[in-house]
Amino acid sequence: MTKKMILAVAMAAPLMIALPAAADGDHRAKAIAVIKKDFQPRGQAGLDRLAEDGVQAICNRTGNKPPDYIEKAMTADQLATVKYPADGKLLGDWKEGEKIAQSGRGFTWTDNPGLPVGGNCYNCHKIAPKETSFGTIGPSLYQFGKLRGNTAETQKYAYSKIWNAKAFNLCSEMPRFGHAGALNEKQVKDLVALLLDPESPVNK
Amino acid sequence: MKQNIIGALCALAVMGGASAQSPKKPVAKPSTKAAAAPAAEEKDAATLEFEKFRAEMEESNPAELFEMKGQEQWKAKRGPKNVSLAESCDLGQGVGKVEGAYVKMPRYFADADAVMDAERRIVWCMVEKQGFKFDDIAKQPFANETFTPDITNLVTYVATHSRNMKIAVPLDDPKVRDAYEVGKEIAAYRAGPYDFSCNTCHGTDGKRIRMQNLPNLSTPAGAIKGVQGWPGYRMTGGVMLTHQWRMGDCFRQQRFPQPKYASDAVAYLLTYMIGTANGQVYKGPGIKR
Ligand code: HEC
Ligand code: HEC
Repeated sequence: MTKKMILAVAMAAPLMIALPAAADGDHRAKAIAVIKKDFQPRGQAGLDRLAEDGVQAICNRTGNKPPDYIEKAMTADQLATVKYPADGKLLGDWKEGEKIAQSGRGFTWTDNPGLPVGGNCYNCHKIAPKETSFGTIGPSLYQFGKLRGNTAETQKYAYSKIWNAKAFNLCSEMPRFGHAGALNEKQVKDLVALLLDPESPVNK
Repeated sequence: MKQNIIGALCALAVMGGASAQSPKKPVAKPSTKAAAAPAAEEKDAATLEFEKFRAEMEESNPAELFEMKGQEQWKAKRGPKNVSLAESCDLGQGVGKVEGAYVKMPRYFADADAVMDAERRIVWCMVEKQGFKFDDIAKQPFANETFTPDITNLVTYVATHSRNMKIAVPLDDPKVRDAYEVGKEIAAYRAGPYDFSCNTCHGTDGKRIRMQNLPNLSTPAGAIKGVQGWPGYRMTGGVMLTHQWRMGDCFRQQRFPQPKYASDAVAYLLTYMIGTANGQVYKGPGIKR
């Protein structure tokens, strides 16, 4: 917690000088002070969650539009955090992937921290055509494999994107599921299969 | 790794002035806008069920029950000091005056030296004028299936007396304007395990989570949707819930810890949201999904 906060502060200072003032720095500083004093821990949601990490700090300070040179450097750093399976196999079981994509549970103060966390994918994406209750914050992933091809390269991209969405788009609205400890290697593989396996309903 | 990022950043930041001028390098980004699914027209079972429920409920209007209780409690002498809110509480329109008060809050109250939304102000009156203990109220501030706190009835009563009035948060007051600007920054603040802010879900037009439409709180048309019908009788659980509750539940969905009850953070967020809806007509307490 403190380490994260120190980092955020350490970065914020030089950045505010270097970047054009995208947002109102004075009100933001007040907002952060108010946030620090006006929350209480509940369930698994501790106050450490209020601290910004490096990516969050940059996105918050640039209105989600970091300059290209920062975007480039930091997405590369985020890509370096992705953990790939030791055996190099990235395609899991699409049926399991569908279950993970359906579940929106996890990480809230009412969730039992002992239970597995869901992927929330349908909250934001259209995926398999059978599920008509889907969100639209993210693009449609229907026919993802058909359109992109089930190649080693696409598998690696899909795996990396799900593990750490900020590795390709620094201020993406999509969470960093592997990086955040929400999903493990096997679960991410199962999701890759949901998107790319020719047998998956996504590609039928 | 973290050290890496920081090192790189600080170095980059120092040469920022020059780099910012360098030609734009393409950054690999999937096209998002083009691929975004169009807002679906078809309604899911839950939406249809809700619409049926609302149609039935609008005839009997369950909020009225809470409003009536609130009216009694507003007028009764209560608390350790045995005074009524009607004879002691100023919601900004004069002591005891409820007409049009709800749509003119949040506002700045000099006696409390704070910007307060309706719920916060009534709590302040209960504590300062009637002698109730804040901690007792804050222990169980929102309704559940078996319990509705007095404050919920009182807010519903006050809100009813702004039915069909134009929202008029006094943004020309510099203290209120400041609260608005800070609230706007709180709505944009990304943190937590999923990097969410209010704006992740409520920052663009026409987005949904599953089948639930997400109002874009940065526009007057979206902000009014976030204000309309609160306090509201909620189909889920059959309970009467306030605007403060809605803020807390969205922080929960955001995977944040819990905002303190009747705090600056919530008041500022409400100032931003309700202030953005200024000029539009508030239809009174309603029915919510
Ligand atoms: C809060 C909303 C949100 C959630 C939850 C979410 N995503 Fe995304 N996703 C997005 C957005 C927005 C984009 C487009 C912007 C970007 O690429 O970062 C995206 C992009 C993607 C892409 C890249 C698409 C392309 O055309 O290259 C993939 C693959 C993807 N998401 C998969 C998933 C999977 C699998 C899950 C569940 C584990 C998931 N997403 C959960 C919002 C979300
Ligand atoms: C992860 C997505 C998410 C985040 C983050 C989020 N919300 Fe929400 N919000 C929702 C959903 C889903 C609903 C329910 C919509 C419905 O019931 O139709 C909702 C409903 C609301 C409503 C009520 C809308 C209505 O129709 O009455 C308001 C107001 C609101 N949110 C404000 C906020 C604020 C302020 C924040 C930041 C503290 C926030 N939300 C953060 C998803 C989110």
